[in-house]
Amino acid sequence: MAGEKNVLIVAVPQRGALPPAVFELITAAKKAAAATGGTVSALVFGTKAADFAKQLGERGAEKVLTVSDAAYDSFVDEAYAAATAAAAKQEAAGVLLLAASVAGRSLAARLSVLLKAGVAAEICEISGSGGALSAKRYQYGGNIVAEVAFKSDVKILTVQPMCFEAAPVEAGKAAQTTPLSVPAASAGAQVASFKADEAGEIDLGAAERIVSGGRGLGNADGFKLIRELAHTLGAAVGASRAVVDAGWIAYRHQVGLTGRTVHPKLYVACGISGQIQHLAGMASSANIVAVNTDPACPMMDIATLGVVGDVYEVLPVVISEIKKRRGA
Amino acid sequence: MPLNIVVCVKHTPATTSVSVDSATGKVKTAGLAYGLNPFDEYAVEEAVRLKERVPGSFATALTLGADSADAALREAVSRGIDAAALVTGPEFDGGDSYSTSRALAAAVQKLHAQKPVHLVLFGKNTNDGNSGMVGAMTAAWLNWPSVVSVKKIESVDEASASVWRAMEDGVETVKVKLPAAISTIKEINEPRLPSLKGKMAAKKAAVTKWGAADLGLKPEEVGAAGAATSVTRQSPPPSRPAGMKIEGATAADKAKKLVDILIERKII
Ligand SMILES: Cc1cc2nc3c(=O)[nH]c(=O)nc-3n(C[C@H](O)[C@H](O)[C@H](O)COP(=O)(O)OP(=O)(O)OC[C@H]3O[C@@H](n4cnc5c(N)ncnc54)[C@H](O)[C@@H]3O)c2cc1C
Repeated sequence: MAGEKNVLIVAVPQRGALPPAVFELITAAKKAAAATGGTVSALVFGTKAADFAKQLGERGAEKVLTVSDAAYDSFVDEAYAAATAAAAKQEAAGVLLLAASVAGRSLAARLSVLLKAGVAAEICEISGSGGALSAKRYQYGGNIVAEVAFKSDVKILTVQPMCFEAAPVEAGKAAQTTPLSVPAASAGAQVASFKADEAGEIDLGAAERIVSGGRGLGNADGFKLIRELAHTLGAAVGASRAVVDAGWIAYRHQVGLTGRTVHPKLYVACGISGQIQHLAGMASSANIVAVNTDPACPMMDIATLGVVGDVYEVLPVVISEIKKRRGA
Repeated sequence: MPLNIVVCVKHTPATTSVSVDSATGKVKTAGLAYGLNPFDEYAVEEAVRLKERVPGSFATALTLGADSADAALREAVSRGIDAAALVTGPEFDGGDSYSTSRALAAAVQKLHAQKPVHLVLFGKNTNDGNSGMVGAMTAAWLNWPSVVSVKKIESVDEASASVWRAMEDGVETVKVKLPAAISTIKEINEPRLPSLKGKMAAKKAAVTKWGAADLGLKPEEVGAAGAATSVTRQSPPPSRPAGMKIEGATAADKAKKLVDILIERKII
């Protein structure tokens, strides 16, 4: 269990902004540092690095290293890994935290080999004391919780979004910011272009609230109602695989074993039976509301609040009631 | 020019409804039915489609596992893969993504030395461990580029490929030099079922077997000894507190009550 005690947050930007999951890493990092007895610093990338450092500082990061080269404005694992390794060395960091995003997972893999470090992937809890660190993660499609310990000196954790509270902005706080010089990295991959998903959509992984629709909607048009409720709640739109396969909505909305894993504060499952593969992606949501005509469906069994009824009768009233209360 | 493709697969429990042995604190795997990891079906199918796209191409399925993992390789062959290699031996037991990817990389390197490899394909993750790390880690051991979350291979020749990487907010087109590793997602294709001809080929397929020594690896570099992490305990997830059925005479009544409770509990 040797190894350096300090914790490094690796904050990968996306489209010129820090994803909200990065602010959750500050909270996770403090927890890890409490276990190891080390300090916390963060590493930010790209032309907006100085601004990112300011944002992290306001949320309690004490030290931020910046790699301000425009080459880091898009994500390539090899270049990011070389810079991160340099930062870890400079900070004597033995624990690296990344968001469990597409980029975070890809970078963690590259760093693992580069730093001879074990990876605890997609973790949702950190514990440990007296220098030891362990983490909890789901396996078998959410049916098993595994406790992972490290044998390597350097430890990498990718953290599931929505498992830790985002560190709040505290007035007057600022980080000590230091530029990090890294040698120009050569990479075999390069991002050529980007096409955004529909504008105004909230990403499932980062959503505090999700409204999901399943086959019980009857047809693709049913998603109008789902979107309306989602809009009213400021929620993201999710779906079961049955309706994605039917072509009612795009795959990126799919929740479950072969879709996204989510941990929102509120998950509203509308006309979704709750087959185990769907539950795999959402059963750890803080609150689950089931709206379903079948009182005996598995979703009802795990729901915090269950409404037995037809989505087309229940949801319009829910929408109008919420609007009414907000107006009052 | 034809492509030489390796597709890495895993033989995993066919179900995720597993229970924990309270004595050992580990998942009971004895007696479970095993099959090809469902996520790997997409990687296998993509390899077969690449063979169809670039005539003369060759695809090898590669796995690390027990002798019985041979079944996952034969399943890949039944779906159109040409050859199969199994990394196996007691020294590989208890590995994590770090030591497993190291052994897979050594096996890819061995295939590469026999005949240059262009692409190594992976599924998104396994349905048992769920870590989703092995593909990109294998690339790291090989010091090859990697692209994860790939939903389309737009173009490919022997020197480079252009692929679509599905990100949280949209799709990036990534140009990658070959050889490279690509981790696929479900959107990349719709896997076809094995053909009769494929099933015949699967029965007859010769599976090459390699131990650590064949791959130039020391026993302490693989399996549990070479792992960088260990799973100390597995348990069922904490059970959810009992929920509440919302009663009411009409759907509208129930809907109003639901909103009341959501506001009362500060959920919305
Ligand atoms: C390997 C594998 C991976 C999978 N991965 C996933 C995954 O990632 N995500 C996923 O979701 N599924 C996944 N599945 C599929 C899963 O098993 C189910 O088939 C799917 O989740 C069912 O979707 P559903 O609940 O929308 O449909 P159904 O199971 O058909 O349920 C429809 C529900 O709607 C209710 N209903 C009907 N009419 C109304 C109405 N008017 N108002 C209210 N309720 C109504 C019904 O009572 C029923 O409960 C996977 C399956 C396999 C084999």
